[in-house]
Amino acid sequence: MPDAGAGGRELTARGRARPLPRAAPRSRRSSEARLAYAFLAPAALVLGGLVAFPFGLALWFSVSDAWVGEYGRFVGVDNFVRLLGNSIFRQTLQNSLVFTASAVALKTVLGLTLAVLLYRVRRFRRLVRGAVLMPFVIPTALSTLGWWWLYQPTYGVLNWVLRRLGLIGVDLPWLSDPSLAMASIVIVNTWRGLPFFAVTLLAGLVAIPREYYEAAATDGAAGWRSFRYITLPLIKPVLGIVILFSTILTLADFNTVYVLTKGGPMNMTHLFSTLAFQLGTAGGRISDGAAVSLFLFPVLVVVVALQLRLVRRQTAYE
Amino acid sequence: MLAAVRAALTTYVPVLPFVVFALFPYYHMAVTSLKADAELYNPLKNPLWIQDGATLDHYRVLVRETLFSRWYLNTFAVSAIATVASVIIGLLAAYALARLRFPGVGPFGVAIFVTYLVPPSLLFLPLAIVVNHLGLSDSVWSLVVTYPTFLVPFNTWLLMGYLRTIPRELEECAMIDGCARFVILTRIVAPLAVPGLVCALLFSFTFCWGEFLYSLAFISSAERRTLAVGVVSDLIRGDVFYWGSLMAGAVLASLPIVVLYALLMDYYVSGLTAGAVKG
Repeated sequence: MPDAGAGGRELTARGRARPLPRAAPRSRRSSEARLAYAFLAPAALVLGGLVAFPFGLALWFSVSDAWVGEYGRFVGVDNFVRLLGNSIFRQTLQNSLVFTASAVALKTVLGLTLAVLLYRVRRFRRLVRGAVLMPFVIPTALSTLGWWWLYQPTYGVLNWVLRRLGLIGVDLPWLSDPSLAMASIVIVNTWRGLPFFAVTLLAGLVAIPREYYEAAATDGAAGWRSFRYITLPLIKPVLGIVILFSTILTLADFNTVYVLTKGGPMNMTHLFSTLAFQLGTAGGRISDGAAVSLFLFPVLVVVVALQLRLVRRQTAYE
Repeated sequence: MLAAVRAALTTYVPVLPFVVFALFPYYHMAVTSLKADAELYNPLKNPLWIQDGATLDHYRVLVRETLFSRWYLNTFAVSAIATVASVIIGLLAAYALARLRFPGVGPFGVAIFVTYLVPPSLLFLPLAIVVNHLGLSDSVWSLVVTYPTFLVPFNTWLLMGYLRTIPRELEECAMIDGCARFVILTRIVAPLAVPGLVCALLFSFTFCWGEFLYSLAFISSAERRTLAVGVVSDLIRGDVFYWGSLMAGAVLASLPIVVLYALLMDYYVSGLTAGAVKG
């Protein structure tokens, strides 16, 4: 009760002070509550009207036959059944799994490596951190254009370097061969997400008390062993949060795929978001599009639930 | 001496590929934007640097023959308005959640956190319908209205963490003097929260500046586009030789963010970690 007994005067939402009646604490509390609701009202309006309500609409669309401009009628799980029977959708499901699993795995391994390296960098610290953080800051769609140019088969620098090194005889079709295209979008997504892993894990590393390492060193543990038995267990909670957070962001990625391949070649790089976009905006099949994006929802629920547990446990330590 | 060599081998040599990986696409973009077409489309020329002299032709084309300046203006206006509005809304909500006691504080905090995790690609289709009903489709205002959906949760979350680090005693003193909560918030808490507010403003502005999906989905006229969408969808013309101006567009469009980042890097780092680590 930090603000109890504040000089025998009570403060109202309008800012006028009046003498406190006997039941001071209770009335103070209710005026505090009124003020809190007033402060929260704008946020509630935005999140209720433009997140919760559209989300409800998405749920409705996914079980209706809505087309552009109409709300449609209830058709139950027809959209989902039709989607699961659709080969393009099944391909998208598979793409999403491959894309998310490989990009998150790459980001975890490389991110942890980079965090450990950044932790050891003493000279040029700001310069090095500033450089590796760049891909996170610069607008993704624009830097992905840069990658598009790197991947260009005839004039692109990637094939030029590989040719020069004698590694390839003919130019590789980075974005028009199905498996190369998948690899290409995984690389760009990893490139873009790596700074988030590295910087967040670095914050986790910095929080580990140095004494642990010193004690381990006197016991003869250093290098890999100290990483395995001190760093890894202590960084686990942060690592968990970062991986969960990145899983949902990676699965929901739109920019990378839209700029590089638009889902092609032959739908081999479509993710939920790009397929939903193609169906919903270009094709006008809003209900199908909404049903496709709703496949993100179960993953979101699992991630949110785990995330909340991790965050609570972590705050309990503080 | 030996220690220095060791440090170089175990730290600086392995970190170098990461730095090159992060920066090379930008370097290559800049180089490409300054090259004449004759050199750009000669596969025998080295693409890694400029051999036949730099030119600003691609930038000239961009400014004179495209809607680029218009997109710049649109993006700046949308980002500025959405950012300021979202930071104010976020600060009010964060103050309520961090400092005031009221029934429902817990569920409200959880709701903010959950919306923070909802990706735009889950919402853009129904949101397009809402935007349409508000009479805002194909208007830059559709973006001013929808960007707060991801900015408000982020700012609230960030500022909540920040407000908790400000000692309550300062506010209690002001309360004894009879100051109202709102006055306390604007006169005492906000000035103390300036670093957190700067961080929120920077992040929000950066998010808005680079936002792509909503802008692509809600706006159909070329002259109302924002930079990212304009550069990606309208600069690609029928012929093959557009790479120079495309890269020039990407460079110029990223420039304000690069400048902000160079000047205020530490705020970006703290915002990035606060988003995930602090509870």
